[in-house]
Amino acid sequence: MEVFMGERILMKGAEAVAEAAIRAGAQIFFGYPITPQNESPEYFSRRMPEVGRKYVQAESEVAAINMVYGTACTGTRVITTSSSPGISLMQEGFSYIGNSNVPCVVVNVMRGGPGLGNIAPAQGDYFQATKGGGHGDYHSIVLAPHTVQEECDLMYDAFELAEKYRIMVVVISDGLLGQMMEPVEFKEWVDVSKFKTPDWALVGKGDRPRNLISSFDLGPEGLEKMNLALQEKYRKIEENEVRYELYKMEDAEYALTGFGTVARIMKTTVKMLREKGIKAGLIRPITVWPFPYKVYEEFADKVKFFFDVEMNEGQMLEDVKLGVNGKKPVLYYGRLGGIVPTAEEIYKQFRLHVGGC
Amino acid sequence: MKLIYKAPETFTKKPTTYCPGCTHGVAHRIVSELLEEMDLVKKAVIVWPVGCAVFGYDFIDTDATVAAHGRACAMATGIKRAHPETFVITYQGDGDLASIGMAETVHAAARGELISTVFINNGNFGMTGGQMAPTTLIGQVTTTSPYGRKPELNGFPIHVPEMLATLDGPAYLARAALDSPQHIIQAKNFIKKAFKAQLLGLGYSLVELVSTCPTNWKMTPVEAMERVRKEVLPVFPIGEFKVVKGVE
Repeated sequence: MEVFMGERILMKGAEAVAEAAIRAGAQIFFGYPITPQNESPEYFSRRMPEVGRKYVQAESEVAAINMVYGTACTGTRVITTSSSPGISLMQEGFSYIGNSNVPCVVVNVMRGGPGLGNIAPAQGDYFQATKGGGHGDYHSIVLAPHTVQEECDLMYDAFELAEKYRIMVVVISDGLLGQMMEPVEFKEWVDVSKFKTPDWALVGKGDRPRNLISSFDLGPEGLEKMNLALQEKYRKIEENEVRYELYKMEDAEYALTGFGTVARIMKTTVKMLREKGIKAGLIRPITVWPFPYKVYEEFADKVKFFFDVEMNEGQMLEDVKLGVNGKKPVLYYGRLGGIVPTAEEIYKQFRLHVGGC
Repeated sequence: MKLIYKAPETFTKKPTTYCPGCTHGVAHRIVSELLEEMDLVKKAVIVWPVGCAVFGYDFIDTDATVAAHGRACAMATGIKRAHPETFVITYQGDGDLASIGMAETVHAAARGELISTVFINNGNFGMTGGQMAPTTLIGQVTTTSPYGRKPELNGFPIHVPEMLATLDGPAYLARAALDSPQHIIQAKNFIKKAFKAQLLGLGYSLVELVSTCPTNWKMTPVEAMERVRKEVLPVFPIGEFKVVKGVE
């Protein structure tokens, strides 16, 4: 595919994100087919060899994430993409990667759950992504784009954050972002010829003392030390990497909030409310871990209430409430099973709380 | 006095965590000797398992990692594909490789991954206290087959190299034993061919090593060696099951 700088092209989300990852320097992709994101591995399988990169189809998501783990141990930019049930299978690997301090990027195109659920867009993996998912006290940085363009831009940040903190970065997308076609403009190619093998990488010890990457310490004191080091890293990330967007919040009396696809729809709802003279705005977390608690705390003094909308049973709601800390009511509306609420539907639900229509 | 035999430097002086009479130490030494003899120490990355050899990185001094239980071949795939110039070994037990990690093993073999697996078959889950493994013999008493392994209840032992020999991806598959000096020399010979298969880019290689577990077998080291000869080798025979052209 010939795509030139600055050119806006129409692409399906799942393909655009693959192209963005390749431009951001992804050297290897490992993955296993699962709907609704098959266009990503298909795109990687076609495109990676074209640009001298590698693609391997794994026998399962369990194998895929452990291949990612192996490549991450060599300090090579590596990515996998999957969808909810596949991401569940990867949780063991997430935990190991977490305690091994190796960088990698994972895209979860969330679909309806639990169980086999369905292949419609959903946001039910918020807890899994932000609160752990696998065993033990670990976190991954979790990015929640709301447009295909933002998702493409965030792929660059994902790799950079992963390497800066030696951590896994999860990009939570959903079936809608994965399947929709939108015009996108790609950022410049990352110059992979400048990549250097980090000094901690497993590439054979050569003339240095050997490197060991392990998530293991049988002694409780040693393991506590490893945990404390992780926690120190997480505090640093919480301090420096929180990202969010404020949309029409300058004079807002009501704060709508949501992440990903829903947040995008809510921007329309905000416009509809403003047309009716209701001063509404939107707080949209871009990092859902680390979560922007402080911005909710700040706006708790300014708005009458918060209105959280999600395509799940109210998972981010818990974090919003932690941020608001009881100062103002936090109302909630959600759809389940892969149903995407419309802007009008959210508008009507909002009006139930302020009257009029 | 002339020095005619010495421990390989790559085999660290650290006391191993293995029980008396366990053959992990012998297997470690063979791997260490070959890494040195074949000049592979500097480019070796060993993926250690979950199991008794989980501390293996303390005993063989190369770049190393510890995979999740059974995932060594997947992790090794990730390392080797990213850095083909490395020499990648997975060192795995029978619970790790043939039970929880069978899928990763079979598919690494089928893809012809350029990695080499040293597979310790001691007929049980050693580290967790001697539970039944896929390699446990019919009639063998373990902590989870207290009445002996029964085919109608637990099925039959899995013969890994024979099974993998049906695939086109592997370049070298063999089984050796560690119960006698002759067998140990032969085992080293087999593993050398496995390493050669990787170096020549011929495909996946695996050597199963019929090993002892005196502690969980509740035997003396000598009794354990005798059991290998009398009971285990008739079921798990020594041999080469796949040798592609160029390895020999």
